[in-house]
Amino acid sequence: MSAVPVSTTVVDSDAGAPVSSSGKPAAHRWISTAVGVVIIAFMLFPLYWMVNVSLQSGGGAVATPWFPAAPSLDGYVQAFNDQGRNLVTSLVVSLGSVVLSLLIAAPAAYALAQFRIRWATWVLFGVLITQMIPGIVVANALYSAFSDIGLLNSLPGLILADSTAGVPFAIIVMRAFMGSIPPSIVEAARVDGAGQLRAFVSVVLPMSRNALITAGLFTFLFAWGDFLFALTLTTTEDVRPVTLGLYQYIGTYVSDWSPIMATAVLSSLPAIVLLLVAQRYVAAGVTGGAVK
Amino acid sequence: MSTRADAGTLASASDAAARQPRDGVQPPSRGGRPARSSARTKARIAELAFLVPALVYLVLFFGYPVVKNLLMGFQEYTTKTFFTGEAPFVGLDNYTAVLGSSLFDKALLNTVLFTAGSILGQFVIGLAIAVFFRRSFPLNNVLRALLLLPWLVPLIASAAVWRWILDTDYGALNRALQLLPFIDGNPAWLTSTSLALIAVIGVNIWLGIPFNATILYGGLQEIPEELYEAGALDGATGWRAFRHITWPLLRPVVTVVLVLGVVYTLKVLDIILGLTNGGPANSTQTIATLSYVRSFKEFDFGQGAALGNVLVLLSLLFAVVYLRLNRKAVDE
Repeated sequence: MSAVPVSTTVVDSDAGAPVSSSGKPAAHRWISTAVGVVIIAFMLFPLYWMVNVSLQSGGGAVATPWFPAAPSLDGYVQAFNDQGRNLVTSLVVSLGSVVLSLLIAAPAAYALAQFRIRWATWVLFGVLITQMIPGIVVANALYSAFSDIGLLNSLPGLILADSTAGVPFAIIVMRAFMGSIPPSIVEAARVDGAGQLRAFVSVVLPMSRNALITAGLFTFLFAWGDFLFALTLTTTEDVRPVTLGLYQYIGTYVSDWSPIMATAVLSSLPAIVLLLVAQRYVAAGVTGGAVK
Repeated sequence: MSTRADAGTLASASDAAARQPRDGVQPPSRGGRPARSSARTKARIAELAFLVPALVYLVLFFGYPVVKNLLMGFQEYTTKTFFTGEAPFVGLDNYTAVLGSSLFDKALLNTVLFTAGSILGQFVIGLAIAVFFRRSFPLNNVLRALLLLPWLVPLIASAAVWRWILDTDYGALNRALQLLPFIDGNPAWLTSTSLALIAVIGVNIWLGIPFNATILYGGLQEIPEELYEAGALDGATGWRAFRHITWPLLRPVVTVVLVLGVVYTLKVLDIILGLTNGGPANSTQTIATLSYVRSFKEFDFGQGAALGNVLVLLSLLFAVVYLRLNRKAVDE
């Protein structure tokens, strides 16, 4: 199979310069693909290793074969036995954080994007500043406060704390989107007699569907991946997210890595699903900005 | 330049503060048309109601912790406090204890090395990958999407698998290294005091590459292609095109990536706790992990808060210094 150059002049300028696809011999482009595959293979090797080890159970703490020649699901069975409850806890906390974050962030994003509030930039500046506050500082203060009001070792406590990642992110993402909604659309609804809240719920929110999904998916991932608040704001096994379960797994003497890696794979599933599903929504959120 | 900008910010701040009462709350109607004025006030309140939940949340979960930590830094705040409710003020005791310990110097050095090493590695490799993906080739989109995966997986799951990959005797890395002719013996990546910090930085670089590459790729896409075409006519191709076209135009994005990167890296806790727990012999202890140990292992929340405040200060200091230097460079 010989690749015939399609075009005669090829100006190959790499280092940041875009290269038009039409002006390249096909073979040359496939070489780039090969290099890209090697880069991604290197980057994804740890994730491959996670899956590989999870499927090879009973080997003890010895070198795992490079490929799962005889895959077994024993690791997953034990992972579900040990961590099944924690997975459910993580799911409940993450969904709770999504609901809370969107309820708080969506109206605020709309207000910051559309209302003429003179100190709106200050609020936005405050939202950005929150990114500089270390989680350990928040955890340090919340521990005593939660202990006073009985929110330690509770689902609501974790949902509230985990949303510290989701709320600022959701405000920033949705404000950017809602700023592109023409005010005339909302005004038209208002002229028809809708109050501010009704206009928001029945006009703005449906139009912002993609931004809501984007913010919601990332908020879910933030809460799902939270480790710090799980570590500091829970002290018993009652409410234990899977991240903390995994940490305690590797903290003990490890004799078999396959259930640990099976748990790691299970805890990574939402990220993989997001990548398959949300790619579309992230793209839609960007292009959907141009509303007619 | 920078001082003028600061003065400008301050001026607009006081300006906004002065105006706020006038705009935020309508003064009682001055004769004219009371009905309309009160309707406007009502509309104004309805608008503010949209912001109230977010403001309350931000104050409770960011404002309160910051203030509380500042106070706790001056208090003897220990397990006893939870029973008696007493946290006597002890002045600067926590700070002298924390800053005076030899562990602090070590943790500060580790924090600086960890942050600088991570950011340097993430940024350089991330930029190289971003530049590479500007080429057009089959499967480009699919590969770029896959690149995001390490960033989306929970940190603690990544830490778990890396722990096994870096295992001295059976880890995949050492087994691969054994295949090379010039490697002797097994490096104890996570259990030797001289290698642990390097290993942790390496893992953190791996974690940060997707974020850096993705944001920088987005920045590269914003640079109009005509500039390269015009540059090529003047003989600017390859490295010179990068130096004179890509880099200057990418600068704003670089600023965002670096400032966010440093701010996020300074407070990293998950990956270090997951890989080494700060060990061996504190060789990977940073200010963030030390703050965690003081508060949640030794239950000395006063000292933990003091260390947390040092961390916030470092973050602020970096952001201010970097943004100033950057502004100066752009002005010149």
